[in-house]
Amino acid sequence: MSAPVKKFIFIVIISLVATYISLPQSLNIFGINIIRPDININIGKISINRDLKTHLGLDLAGGSRLSFEADTGSVPPDKKENALTGVRNIIENRVNLFGISESTVQTSNFEGKDRIIVELPGISDTKDAINLIGKTAQLSFAELVEDTSVTNSTPSSTLVPTNLTGADLQTAEVVFDGNTGIPAISIQFTDEGGQKFAEITGKNIGKQLPIILDGQVISAPTVQEQIIGGKAQISGDFTIDEANELSIQLNAGALPIPITLIQEKTIGATLGAQSVKMSMLAGIVGLTMVGLFMILSYGKLGIIANIGLFIFSVISLALYKLIPITLTLPGIAGFMLSIGMAVDSNILIFERFKEEKLKRNIPDALEVSFGKAWDSIRDANVATIITSLILMNPLDWSFLPSSGPVRGFAITLLMGVVISLFTGIYVSRNLLRIFIKERKDKKI
Amino acid sequence: MNWMRYRWLYLLISGTLIICGVFSMIKWGFNVGIDFTGGSLLEYRLPDGSVKSYKENYINQERKEVIKSDLEKEVAGEVTEIRFENIGPTVGPETIKRTIFALIISAGSILIWIAYQFKNLKFGISATLATIHDSLIVIGSFSILGHFFGAELDFLFVTALLTILSFSVHDTIVVFDRIREKRKGGIAELSEFANSAISETMVRSINNSFTIIFMLLALILLGGDTIRWFAVALLIGTVSGTYSSPFVAVSILVTWDELKKRIRKQ
Repeated sequence: MSAPVKKFIFIVIISLVATYISLPQSLNIFGINIIRPDININIGKISINRDLKTHLGLDLAGGSRLSFEADTGSVPPDKKENALTGVRNIIENRVNLFGISESTVQTSNFEGKDRIIVELPGISDTKDAINLIGKTAQLSFAELVEDTSVTNSTPSSTLVPTNLTGADLQTAEVVFDGNTGIPAISIQFTDEGGQKFAEITGKNIGKQLPIILDGQVISAPTVQEQIIGGKAQISGDFTIDEANELSIQLNAGALPIPITLIQEKTIGATLGAQSVKMSMLAGIVGLTMVGLFMILSYGKLGIIANIGLFIFSVISLALYKLIPITLTLPGIAGFMLSIGMAVDSNILIFERFKEEKLKRNIPDALEVSFGKAWDSIRDANVATIITSLILMNPLDWSFLPSSGPVRGFAITLLMGVVISLFTGIYVSRNLLRIFIKERKDKKI
Repeated sequence: MNWMRYRWLYLLISGTLIICGVFSMIKWGFNVGIDFTGGSLLEYRLPDGSVKSYKENYINQERKEVIKSDLEKEVAGEVTEIRFENIGPTVGPETIKRTIFALIISAGSILIWIAYQFKNLKFGISATLATIHDSLIVIGSFSILGHFFGAELDFLFVTALLTILSFSVHDTIVVFDRIREKRKGGIAELSEFANSAISETMVRSINNSFTIIFMLLALILLGGDTIRWFAVALLIGTVSGTYSSPFVAVSILVTWDELKKRIRKQ
């Protein structure tokens, strides 16, 4: 088998695999339902699992993005990193316990301000989520110590926090008071916490033991007897939702530092679905126009370019699924723009070919045009790669934009440029070699 | 064709467009979106299918609920929230700073890349000036579009600006590359090389722009509200970038070369 034929077969195989992956999961052709299985390969220690679906961003699938600012002022600089990681993990736990799938929690820093960005796909009513995430949930138990230094007529006492805190908690769950039916939270301490609790209750028989959450006394039960076994119940004036939230917060742990909401973006699911439909239509119409234009301008060469364009599209879509890339609306715009740029490599070569054809025989002219056009194609595409890398900010440099939409655009643009180098140069060149060689053979 | 003879015309066209833009920037300023200023945007779908949107300062949960319940009372039915953006006042200035950094770094690294590739700072600076020309045209036209049609300066606009930067350079490199190739082949005035390089790349340049313009037109007409102005910015930039490569970048390059020779003679 000659080299061009081998390369041709390679191109065909790649295109077929990419087409297969880029098709929708289940396809209905003439009443026959074809379902493509997910990738599930296990070879020795290597295992590849991919669900092969396009991941849609919040603007397409609907959902919300919340940015919080962490108040790290009271934390010593060397412990800041730890505290922020702690906050992130706890928020992650809270969100997971709340049952939101595919959520992400990230930290970012700009000029000394620390941000925590939470993305919640599918959540459009953010009120509960914000409450759940934002509460610090610092739980502590305090003793009432009578104030002897003040000689007032009314006896006063001060709250003195004990060393028993939310950190000594093992689990918390919502229970209902047997008598009143009002929701309460039952907590189980760790072994150490249980000992502390036994000690404290032993000291305070007959006195109140206030339970404090985020600086507020939520209940102040009177200790009847020493409690051994590390179990307690917090009953306040909770609704069921409040009790649920509180138990999640207690289970996930307390936030070491307070955070405040500074930015919120929510896109409803219907708006997202509409955007998907519109951008798909725009893509198909745009692609058809480009294809027609290429055929009208370059005839048979244009058909080759369009085959290249088709391969470009399926490889892109397949890679979005494989990597996987979260597709956003600006991301689709980046993809469409890169289609325009992908055609450019072909246009450059074809225009060169028109000139070179006059000077030498066709196969030579083809090779020369590819060679000469390559310099322009390389230099021009490097410029686009530079810009898209800056927009993508892969190293998370804090002085560059790190917003989701801009990144989404940059990633698809970057991938588009790289893939177009493959399809515009390698694929069309080898297709043309075969196409033109055959024509020459026929002439002889 | 002697393209370089009409340099005065290109200067006139570019000058007029940029002055119009600058005039609008001074007189009307920009319609700056909440990405930069902070504030909130609320959109509800009413029972009859229409969409009602609110713009306010940064709001809290209570205010949001008041807006919703007021609206529900007003239309006597249930409304669904389709979009809510709420951006705190500290976020905007930060975004502006990051954006400026990104612009400077991209422009700088592209300048270095071209100067390195063409082994000549003249090429790099001419190309960079042409991209600044395109940026000015896009920024200026958004001031005008903002005044008359409510186009907003937001995060996506910045993305568009950076993309235009790379597209404009992309186009300029193709022409410069031709000039470089011709210079290797023989000795003549730079303006002669420039003229034939422009003639030879003109069809490619226009054809390429057409394909991008088709994609962008499709996005503008069919892509929906969210990215419409983004696509408009890209479209203006594409047209300007196609024009500026031969007529601005090459004009500057040739003029620079002639000035240098004249100074040397004296």
